[in-house]
Amino acid sequence: MQSVLVLAIDTATPAVTAGLLRLPGDGPPELLARRVTVDNRAHAELLTPSIRAVLAEAGVAAADLDAVVCGAGPGPFTGLRVGMVTAAAFADGLGIPVHPVCSLDAIAHEAVGPVLVATDARRREVYWARYDAAGARVDGPHVARPAGVPAGGAVRAAGAAAAMLGLPVVAPEYPGPVGLVAVVAAELRRGAPPAALTPLYLRRPDAVEPGARKRVTPA
Amino acid sequence: MSAGRGRGIDARPAGQGRGIDARPAGQGRGIDTAVVLGIETSCDETGVGIVALAADGAVTLLADEIASSVDDHARFGGVVPEVASRAHLQAMVPAVRRALRTAGVAASDVDAVAVTAGPGLAGALLVGVAAAKAYAAAWDVPLYGVNHLAAHVAVDTVEHGPLPPALALLVSGGHSSLLQVSSVAEPMDPVGATIDDAAGEAFDKVARLLGLGFPGGPYIDNAARAGDAGSVWFPRGLTGPRDARYDFSFAGLKTAVARHVEALEREGTPVPIADVAAAFQEAVADVLTAKALRAAADRGIETLLIGGGVAANSRLRALAERRCAAAGVRLRVPRPRLCTDNGAMVAALGAHLLHAGAVPSDLGIPAEPALAVTTPLV
Ligand SMILES: [Zn+2]
Repeated sequence: MQSVLVLAIDTATPAVTAGLLRLPGDGPPELLARRVTVDNRAHAELLTPSIRAVLAEAGVAAADLDAVVCGAGPGPFTGLRVGMVTAAAFADGLGIPVHPVCSLDAIAHEAVGPVLVATDARRREVYWARYDAAGARVDGPHVARPAGVPAGGAVRAAGAAAAMLGLPVVAPEYPGPVGLVAVVAAELRRGAPPAALTPLYLRRPDAVEPGARKRVTPA
Repeated sequence: MSAGRGRGIDARPAGQGRGIDARPAGQGRGIDTAVVLGIETSCDETGVGIVALAADGAVTLLADEIASSVDDHARFGGVVPEVASRAHLQAMVPAVRRALRTAGVAASDVDAVAVTAGPGLAGALLVGVAAAKAYAAAWDVPLYGVNHLAAHVAVDTVEHGPLPPALALLVSGGHSSLLQVSSVAEPMDPVGATIDDAAGEAFDKVARLLGLGFPGGPYIDNAARAGDAGSVWFPRGLTGPRDARYDFSFAGLKTAVARHVEALEREGTPVPIADVAAAFQEAVADVLTAKALRAAADRGIETLLIGGGVAANSRLRALAERRCAAAGVRLRVPRPRLCTDNGAMVAALGAHLLHAGAVPSDLGIPAEPALAVTTPLV
């Protein structure tokens, strides 16, 4: 089977991640180049330059890419959207498919199950999901207070918010390129049509419908 | 060093299967024309426009696609930034595809990508900026991160040709500015601005007060057609002898309308919605045109350009026409579709920058929610 050249992107956490990988017909993805910058406030500034940097480092032209893989969250909305719209536009610009991946799945792939994965959801909450010994997601993704996350059968925790869950903490903290691609390796190899690129927000927008009009004069 | 800074259409391999229809032959674009795609996401409209730039600098509109999330905001009575940002993400790629199809342009024919870098809603701007960078990188063409207000000015050239030095009155739900324009794509000189609400915001609030829909502009305009603008006198903000000559204030006007409506309600008198709408609209149009023409006279400027969503207001247009004619000032107002936020205006400004030989933006530029009018290009 032919190998597949893949660009992997994730901005669902403070890590702005771009990786270039070769997915062989058999075996794990091979990382050719990677840029990871942990900066909560500069996702939009860093991402496209990082994409160009990994392409340049690996000596690969954008036009040679076969697919883009993108973390679809859950994650803080503004940063998450930067990665998703970048992936969507870059792939559209090249006429190649973009495959979404639950960002927590990418973390779980690089940890050893059974594991809980948790990342920072701000507002003293975490995004979390639970994976069995085989690495399959069995619960989640959800957003909750750390105290409200059931351990289930998990014996370890991974992800940047793992320390809040009271289990032994293992790597990684953030979704990495290898994990992202590994999660959708089968569909990439088959050339299967990707799932819809839908962000995992898990929260509604904060917006309140206005109540009765406020009077400016006393009634 | 950025390999993608060249206008390297030739660098892209042919037959890449981007799945966009090729441009029909015989469309008459000369070999020395350039195609610029513009992306606008500063508020609630996802706009993608495409223009052709001729060798002589003339800019022609090829496509102007809009996906609006306005209906999602109506029940909130104003634009909700997170709702707008979510809608931009969903609408972006489909809007680009539609624009290319409408323009009859292949993706490989796009020579530059322009995008609104600011001012606007931070989270909304980011979606467009990120998308524009990605398209520019994928196509290996230059990026221009442009000023939204300068784009409102630039779009007029698509309809009315080259713009002489002018005073620009830009009025919408997000901005109310008087700007002196020496030339499109050059820094603009701020002359006046609102000190409180934007003009369009006042329309939204008064519409809500009168039980009309959102956004308020078109509803007020419609209701006012059957009304008597002289039935009530509403105050003209900042028009006293000691007030700032060119600044605007609409908060007091909005409160005056509310007081008037509440007084009628207290008396049990039905509110004459058409009359109140007409009188309110008259007050806004009066103060906007009076201050614009005052600034034009003070500065010896012979052309007034009006843009922004409020420029679609029929009373503002009529009053501006009358007063400009009386003052010997040429009035330029793009058609309503080009006055409201759109991608064509961004593409137009990008084309003028390209023509002027401006240095393209770095792919590391941020979105700039508070971008100053003196910065046409980030
Ligand atoms: Zn605008």
